[in-house]
Amino acid sequence: MCSGCAAPIIVRQALKSIRGPTVVVNATGCLEVATTIYPYTSWRVPWIHVAFENAAAVASGIEAAFKALTKRGCLKEKIDIIAFGGDGGTFDIGIQALSGALERGHDFVYICYDNEAYMNTGIQRSGSTPHGAATTTSPAGTVIPGKPEWKKDIVGIAAAHGIEFVATASPAYWSDYIAKVRRAIEVDGPAFIHVIQPCILGWRFNSNEAIKIARLAVQTRFFPIYHVEKGQYKLDIKIPKPLPVEEYLKPQGRFRHLFTPEFKGEIEKIQAWVDANWARICQLAGEKI
Amino acid sequence: MAKVIGLTGDHAIAYAAKQCDVDVVAAYPITPQTIIVERFSDYVANGEVKTEYVCVESEHSAMSACVGASTTGARVFTATSSQGLALMHEILYIASSLRCPIVMAVVNRALSAPINIHCDHSDMMGSRDCGWIQLYSENAQEAYDLTIQAFKIAEDPEILLPVTVNLDGFIISHCMEGVNVISDEEVRKFLPPRKAVYKLDPANPITIGALCFTDYYFEIKFQQEDVMKKVPAKVKEVGEEFGKITGRSYGLIETFGLEDAEVAVMCLGSTAGTARVVADKLRKSGKPVGVIKVRLYRPFPTQEIVEAVKGLKALTVLDRVATSGAPSGPLCSDVKTALYAETEKPLITNVIYGLGGRDISPENLEDIFNDALRTADVGRVDRPIKYVGVRE
Ligand SMILES: Cc1ncc(C[n+]2csc(CCOP(=O)(O)OP(=O)(O)O)c2C)c(N)n1
Repeated sequence: MCSGCAAPIIVRQALKSIRGPTVVVNATGCLEVATTIYPYTSWRVPWIHVAFENAAAVASGIEAAFKALTKRGCLKEKIDIIAFGGDGGTFDIGIQALSGALERGHDFVYICYDNEAYMNTGIQRSGSTPHGAATTTSPAGTVIPGKPEWKKDIVGIAAAHGIEFVATASPAYWSDYIAKVRRAIEVDGPAFIHVIQPCILGWRFNSNEAIKIARLAVQTRFFPIYHVEKGQYKLDIKIPKPLPVEEYLKPQGRFRHLFTPEFKGEIEKIQAWVDANWARICQLAGEKI
Repeated sequence: MAKVIGLTGDHAIAYAAKQCDVDVVAAYPITPQTIIVERFSDYVANGEVKTEYVCVESEHSAMSACVGASTTGARVFTATSSQGLALMHEILYIASSLRCPIVMAVVNRALSAPINIHCDHSDMMGSRDCGWIQLYSENAQEAYDLTIQAFKIAEDPEILLPVTVNLDGFIISHCMEGVNVISDEEVRKFLPPRKAVYKLDPANPITIGALCFTDYYFEIKFQQEDVMKKVPAKVKEVGEEFGKITGRSYGLIETFGLEDAEVAVMCLGSTAGTARVVADKLRKSGKPVGVIKVRLYRPFPTQEIVEAVKGLKALTVLDRVATSGAPSGPLCSDVKTALYAETEKPLITNVIYGLGGRDISPENLEDIFNDALRTADVGRVDRPIKYVGVRE
């Protein structure tokens, strides 16, 4: 991985909380291409990569096979399954397979590491790229200031399947994240975790700042940390005194153009989106804003 | 004990898959394959199988789930057709390259557009180089027999490749025939449970589906080529072993009347039956004609075909597929390539027929044989490709 990338931290933290034999499924993306360059591998658990859009479908097949083999007496122990997909493989191309697997109720944990663009192909926008971020397919030009659309509510989409456990997490709040992964594994059926993953290359910040940025995302309320258990929203990290969203945007090159006079209004729009999103989640969680 | 029951081609496939005691089925319905998944659902609903049936949301996910399941060491089956096979295309290559011995029935159907649900081979031919072993059946009996054999071929530790069992949409899939079925015990004896060596096993973790750069990719593809070379002998061996139990032995190709034939037609699938009847009639009136049915299409049985056509003056290859802009249909192109280095070879013509379910009648075939006889007579090919049955 790139030096300073948060993805390996997210994987390592997740695998600290496994409870027994575990198989990992990986969608095509940064994590896959950087950790298994043949004939080497970084994985000490059984690991499989099939394609970009189908990590959830592959996990479905594995889970079904484990069930069949258990019924036959060929498998004695419970094997947990964790699937990792980037935002491209989750918000966009993989959403159909993910939705199918969640609807069918396969027992696996899906962790979306969200670097907010197709990073391993050269920083193109995804359904997760936030408004105003410059990517190579949503560049900041003289007329359009980065991506015009807003980030997709993947947590709401996952939760709408009625699955037992859906959560957001940040590697900066590692104990919250690890506890959530463990909770997700223990749930009988599918669980979904959405983790923010600052990307030094695509977001353009210093390589020692990934965790700092991941923390700022939370402290500015840009990336709220909450979970949805059996349909019930709960805010896990309260931010009573939020920093202005500028504090999060400023260290990132992908938002640099927003600080020029002609696009100044964009930051206000983003702040309004952050405030509205926070209010929405607080309301769902029964919290005062 | 063997018995005869009335089954459609699709039902025969579902019945075979049930007897093969598969662990996982992941499939999505599409006409004319639908009966397979419906009958299999009945077996699951009635507790007749231990199979986990994953009703996926698309064929792309069906093949993906099959790959996942197969890499755990499970026995895996699926079925599709036409657009569904096209949607699987990406994962077909992954299934063969990850050496997943999945068995898939492909109920051959035309590809859109225009949308059409009837038989031709455009679907499978569109994926003909996907690294799967490809078998074609002539009728429901063969569809049943080949499905059972397919698992044994696929799961052989020497092979470990996925297999398609092709059957003509509606012509075979929906027509009821008396099918000789063997007992569950006989199937179990012929096909013991799968024993996988490489699998997703936490006690012995391996990485499956790693990234391969220029330094290794070519070698891995070469290994796939290498294993394909072993396939014909294995297909023959399994076909003969099956014959010992059932009296129905299977080779790579099947010929009719070739001993003294001067011309022959070659084809895949159900058309072989009609061709045989017509050839029989023509032979009775003294015309030296024969039929070559290709059962194993991938890997291509080059040697058998070179042998089979020896002594023929003319050969007409029938292709039930639209391959826009190609010099000839895929079967014909393959035959021509296989014969290129031979010093003596028949004059070869190509017939494209039956697209989108257009019927091929005995009269059509009689014309085709007579054309071939004329070609043999004049000693040259006047029309390399002819479209039979189309309003030109
Ligand atoms: C890739 C692919 N897979 C399968 C099919 C077969 N197919 C055609 S329509 C259909 C179901 C349509 O269901 P729905 O969208 O609910 O519409 P309805 O027929 O109920 O109006 C299926 C499975 C297809 N055409 N293409």
